[in-house]
Amino acid sequence: MNIIVCIKQVPNTTNVQIDEKTGTLKREGVESIVNPFDEYAIEEGVRLKERFGGKVTVITMGPPQADSALRSAISRGADNAILVSDRSFAGADTLATSYTLAKAIHAAGKYDIIICGKQATDGDTAQVGPGVAEKLDIPHIAYVKKIESIENNLMVAERMMEDGYDVIEVPLPALITVVKEINTPRLPSLKGMLSSKKAQIPQWGAKELGADKNKIGLTGSPTQVMKIFSPPPRPGGEKLTGHVSEMSKTLVSKLKDLKVI
Amino acid sequence: MEYFLTEEQQMMVELARKIANEKIKPVREHYDENEEFPWPIVEEFAKSDLCGAYIPQEYGGLGGGVMDLVLIVEELSKVDGAISLALAASALGTFPILLYGNEEQKRKYLPDIASGRKLAAFGLTEPGAGSDATALKTTAKKDGNHYILNGTKCFITNGGDAEIYTIFASTNPAKGARGISCFIVEKGTAGFEFGKKEKKLGIRASSTRELIFNNCKVSAENLLAKEGYGLMIAQATFDSSRPGVAAQALGIAAGALEESINYARTRVQFGQPIASFQAIQHILADMATEVEAARALLYATSKMMDAQHAAGKKERITKESAMSKYYASEVAMRVTTNAVQVFGGYGYIREYPVEKMMRDAKITQIYEGTSQIQKNEIALALIKEAAGKK
Repeated sequence: MNIIVCIKQVPNTTNVQIDEKTGTLKREGVESIVNPFDEYAIEEGVRLKERFGGKVTVITMGPPQADSALRSAISRGADNAILVSDRSFAGADTLATSYTLAKAIHAAGKYDIIICGKQATDGDTAQVGPGVAEKLDIPHIAYVKKIESIENNLMVAERMMEDGYDVIEVPLPALITVVKEINTPRLPSLKGMLSSKKAQIPQWGAKELGADKNKIGLTGSPTQVMKIFSPPPRPGGEKLTGHVSEMSKTLVSKLKDLKVI
Repeated sequence: MEYFLTEEQQMMVELARKIANEKIKPVREHYDENEEFPWPIVEEFAKSDLCGAYIPQEYGGLGGGVMDLVLIVEELSKVDGAISLALAASALGTFPILLYGNEEQKRKYLPDIASGRKLAAFGLTEPGAGSDATALKTTAKKDGNHYILNGTKCFITNGGDAEIYTIFASTNPAKGARGISCFIVEKGTAGFEFGKKEKKLGIRASSTRELIFNNCKVSAENLLAKEGYGLMIAQATFDSSRPGVAAQALGIAAGALEESINYARTRVQFGQPIASFQAIQHILADMATEVEAARALLYATSKMMDAQHAAGKKERITKESAMSKYYASEVAMRVTTNAVQVFGGYGYIREYPVEKMMRDAKITQIYEGTSQIQKNEIALALIKEAAGKK
């Protein structure tokens, strides 16, 4: 089974600072990590390989330093990696990114399943995974919390919903995006770390992919960011104190006032 | 301080730190409180390849040396000096095979230890033979192609949980110390049973049990080197393994130092963090200086041992090995005691980690030769060296 895992390198912070002048994320002095949701995608890919055989190829689009994210994936069991990197890819929105990744996956050869994290912690759009599937014209299941079975070229997976989960069957090749409930990512092994150091990671640019210049980078991005700002912090709530019976009464009357009940 | 570790060594440290912080820290209280063997963590060690760091590549290890083992044990012990012992004590039980095993024995036992599938343990101590190890009473009588073992070992770390044991027994009691031999005995061998599990002051996540041999029949193929080589094997093993105890002690001390600094910066008394008081600052300065001195001595010793091994030299490095273990374990006791002092009343209760570190530190002054035995070794080496010069 040929498994492709798409990952992204993101800043290691839950509190992304925004440059007020340019409206872009401040990356200086912030350590880069593999997008936490992509860790689950890597782990699921490696687990599928352990179950069904085959190989796991990790792909990322990003600046040359995203190489370290790919090596981290190799240290956790991925077999090889491709760095999709070119100055002309810069400024890509989710549409251009989906196009570029789809071109790279197509160029990488035959695949059975593509796995992505449900979203990246910096942009939080959750659009690129499904976007790649659309560009490749293959089915996808987003928010997968469990792969139930893969048999006779059919995959059955559970899609997490707010009120439960859906069980969905798709023919392969297909793409899934995964949520953190799907597994517990392993730590790297020393042998994995050593081989990740030595791994040859090819870098593919627009030329190698045969990408349409009008569909990549800023040019290929219809999204225009007009303004970016940090929302004001939520004001502190009201804390009830006192005896339970009194607090319950106060709570009920307050909820009635607010017309919640 | 910068010790110019190789890239591989930096990776080992990074990985050991990840395991310690992500896997061990959340459960360390549980294993201490319940005196349980930390199997899930041992599985993490296995998956990470850390168990084979010091074992040659041809036997499934990573081909490192004493220094690599030391770095891993130190890093794990910063968080928990008892859980790290599952790995360190396995190394102690492995060194006799590594140093004196024949090709067949190495091929049979080392790969399982390197992969972490099996743990090893070292069986020397007996109720009447502690510091006076050569007074052991366990016997091994030759019987055709076998030896019949009889006797009882006590205080055996990993006892009951390990699969592979290196056991010292006398094949010729009339010869005393020169009649001791070393055998590999597998768990499950008929006549090999486990006695009581000890309840201890510290290192409570580590199992310490009696090993009981009652007409236990062991193949002659399991004899390491030759009959009568036991004492030599034990001495060479201790030369290689004492840095491991030193690393455990160093790790515990370094962990206590870190906890103390963090606590001193946040604990407010008299309207200011206690780190602003010179009384506390001087304690921290002493702790840090001693920890760094212990580390420098241990790393220098370990690197020297590995360099000598790589050069094919067989000279024993007893003196420096004993110095490292003696110094690091004394430092561990002082530093952890001071850590409890810095924490004050909170240091004495189990909600905070330093009282456990103090309890765990004590054993490092005792096992694999007490501090006093280390001083005997050091002094003996000094006298021998001086006599040799004349």
